[in-house]
Amino acid sequence: MNKKNWMLTFLFYLLATAIALAMLVPLFWMISTSLKTKGALMALPIQWIPKMPTLDNYRRLFSTQGFIGSIGNSFIVAAASVALTLISSSLAAFAFAKITFRGREALFILYLASMMIPTQVLFIPLYLVMSEMHLTDTLTSLIIPGLFRAFAVFMLRQKMMTIPNEYMDAAAMDGASLGRTFIQIIAPMCKGIFATLAIILFMESWNDYLLPLVMLQTNSKFTMPILLSVMSGQFKNQYNLMMAGALVSMIPILILYAGAQKYFKAGLQLGGVKG
Amino acid sequence: MKLRNQKTGIVAAVPYLLPSLIGMAVFSILPIVASLCISMTNWSGMTRVSIFHGFFTFVRENFLGLQNYAAIFQEKEIWTVLGHNAYFLVLYMPLMLVMSMMLAVIVGSDHKAVGVYRIIYYIPVLTSWVAGALIWKWVLSSQYGPINDLLGFVGIKGPAWLQSEVWAMPSIVLASVWKDMGFYGMIFLGGLQSISPEYYEAAKIDGANSWQRFRRITLPLLSPTTFYVMMLSLINAFQIFPQVMVMTTDAGPNGVTQVMVERIYKFAFSFGKMGYAAAYSWILFAIIFAITIFQNLMQRKWVHYE
Repeated sequence: MNKKNWMLTFLFYLLATAIALAMLVPLFWMISTSLKTKGALMALPIQWIPKMPTLDNYRRLFSTQGFIGSIGNSFIVAAASVALTLISSSLAAFAFAKITFRGREALFILYLASMMIPTQVLFIPLYLVMSEMHLTDTLTSLIIPGLFRAFAVFMLRQKMMTIPNEYMDAAAMDGASLGRTFIQIIAPMCKGIFATLAIILFMESWNDYLLPLVMLQTNSKFTMPILLSVMSGQFKNQYNLMMAGALVSMIPILILYAGAQKYFKAGLQLGGVKG
Repeated sequence: MKLRNQKTGIVAAVPYLLPSLIGMAVFSILPIVASLCISMTNWSGMTRVSIFHGFFTFVRENFLGLQNYAAIFQEKEIWTVLGHNAYFLVLYMPLMLVMSMMLAVIVGSDHKAVGVYRIIYYIPVLTSWVAGALIWKWVLSSQYGPINDLLGFVGIKGPAWLQSEVWAMPSIVLASVWKDMGFYGMIFLGGLQSISPEYYEAAKIDGANSWQRFRRITLPLLSPTTFYVMMLSLINAFQIFPQVMVMTTDAGPNGVTQVMVERIYKFAFSFGKMGYAAAYSWILFAIIFAITIFQNLMQRKWVHYE
């Protein structure tokens, strides 16, 4: 390697590392703070590394009313809405990709058009619809909107379109019903998209703020983000406790990411869905 | 080839479409219609209104026409609020574009160990906004935060970030860039990887240095991705909400971080002005819609794909 190349490589790592460190400062600060005692929290000069680290904040966190419940709530909502969306959207995608019927294109365009209206515009009437069905302040109100997810239908349809129709014909020839063809042939071929969608949807639901903020009222129903934001009002300036909470809330997604990086990447390239 | 026992037609399709169609009717079409109606009433949100029983009677009795919309535009507030969103955008977009493009170039290079950087850059994207905003609130603490500590280290007295009228919005921009740049970086990475390596090889043979290669090949060929990212972040700039709610309670000193979604939420659920809030949300939609249309038109006209 000549000298110029060596310099460039050095500069590359310098820049890459500088950005990485800058991005890690807030996360480092979260971890460090979560291990601090009340005294260390407001000590000056600030302690980058706590002099007397303690796990007391985590103990307090888990004994805070509603915290453990909120973990459960978040899990239930995320898992159930993923399942609901995958089932309902794959069925619809199957109809759009493999069954010819009149008005198919028009209906699909309606699906695409619906993607232009974000939750930020519709949360008021969504609240009314839920309250009409006596579903406000229930976890169900966060799960059932998953019935209709145009982008999931869109992604699954894309994949199903690539499956040759010969599979459909062969199945029909063997006397398989449409339902069996869907369950035994088409759905298994979409495994990769299912995994990708499941991860995107799980993360979206786990991290969601607006919808649970609008729907939920009682502490025992709160999902983690809502409980954390309420706690931050209650425990003003107890940042050691809050940082412990923030860290705990991140762990499931980090584990998911570590285990399924491949699908995260695929999800980004396909959908561009943001957390 | 069409087989005789191959079922087609609407009858065959309905069972498969049904769950999704019910979802669309109840959670998309019904809310759209209801919201449009409510935006033309003076409903406070305090009285009970049923969407299924006597909704249209209620709408007729409290009908204001377009008065809510007129009232919104007669007041100065909407312009101030849109100004805040625009200010966010002006600070956010250039910073985010430069940073995320840089991340993509780093992660997309063939140096060793880029995998580690990729993971680090992506962690903020995985964080929920509530956690991220709480972290930033504490990081930006004027007395006890690491940012001002580091600034003090180089002799600068850091501001009281979120408590300062001048710095509250830049603080939110900073947190948002931190949270989003990994996401947009990944989109840029996809764009980078679609550029054929032959261009670079040809340029290398012609003696172009790496800056020239970036300037003359990467940037122009990346333009479709750049445009897409710009439009995404433009829409995103009008939808910012959790970071504002969590980082600046009551929208900062003197309301300097009041933004569209935050206003809609407060009008609807804190100030008892449901009709007004619904009208506000349709103005937000009009903006997002205009951006989307613009994006589609420009993509067809200006961006050329290989």
